[in-house]
Amino acid sequence: MSQLSTLSDAELVQRCREGNTDAWNELVERFSRYVYAVCTRGYRLSEEDADDVFQEVFTRVFTHLDTLRNDAALRPWIAQLTRRLCLDSITKRGREQATEEPMAEELAADLAEIDEAFTVREALATLSDTCQEMLDRFFARDQSYRTISDELDLPSGTVASRIARCLSKLRTELEGRNEPSGPSSG
Amino acid sequence: MSELFDEVRLGELLRCLRPAPDGWVRAAQELPLARRTLDEIVERAEADLAFREALLADLERALEGAGYEPDERIVVELRRRLSA
Repeated sequence: MSQLSTLSDAELVQRCREGNTDAWNELVERFSRYVYAVCTRGYRLSEEDADDVFQEVFTRVFTHLDTLRNDAALRPWIAQLTRRLCLDSITKRGREQATEEPMAEELAADLAEIDEAFTVREALATLSDTCQEMLDRFFARDQSYRTISDELDLPSGTVASRIARCLSKLRTELEGRNEPSGPSSG
Repeated sequence: MSELFDEVRLGELLRCLRPAPDGWVRAAQELPLARRTLDEIVERAEADLAFREALLADLERALEGAGYEPDERIVVELRRRLSA
C-alpha cells in the first residue's frame, strides 16, 4: 500500500495542485475503475467512445483542478463530469448512428450500483496489500484459484481460505464504517 | 444497506469495478507530462518565428524534426492553440 493511497481525496487534490506527479498518478488510479465502469457498464459506450470519454474526464480534472471549491468533493465532481461526457458522447453518436441507449431506470440502478461498488473499493483500500490483491485478482480480474495459486506460489487451499478471510475483513470494515460514532466502551 | 454486508453481494460489487485498460490509465497519468511538453512547444513557437511557421506548415513533421513525439493529443491541442 503506497503512502499516497492512504490520503483522503482532499489531501490528494492538494498534492496534485502542488504539481506532485505521484499524487496525480494515484488520483487516476483511484478513479480509473469508477470512470471506466460508468462509461462501459452504466452508459454502455463502445470501447472507442469510452476511451475518448475516459481521457476527456481526466484531462478536464487535470485542467480544472484549481476550480474545485471543495477538495473533498472530488468524487461527486468526477461522477458528474463522467456522466455528462457520457451523455454528450451518446448524443454525438446518436446523430451519426442509432445506438442502444440504456433505459433510464436501468441506468439509474447501474449507476447506483457502481457508486456502491466504489464505496466497497474504498473500504478494500484500507485492508492489507495481501487482501487487496487476493480480492482484486479473484473478483475484479476473474482469476481462478488455480491462476492465483500459480502466480503467487501458494497452495489453492490457502488462496481459498485467504479470500474468505479477506472478504470477512472487508465486511467488518464496512460494518464499522456504518456504526454510529460514540465513546468506546473499552 | 444490510445486503451490502452479505459476502455474496460484496463479491458482486467487487466485480463491478474492473480495471480500466492499462493504456488508458497510463495515458491519463501522462497528462502532466503532455501538458509540460505542450507549454514548452508553444513557448518556443512564440519565441522562434521560423519554428512557428514550420509548425503551421506541417505540424507533425515540425514536431518530429524538433525531437518531439507527435502524440495525437498534443497535436490536437497544439493545433487549437496555434490557431487561436
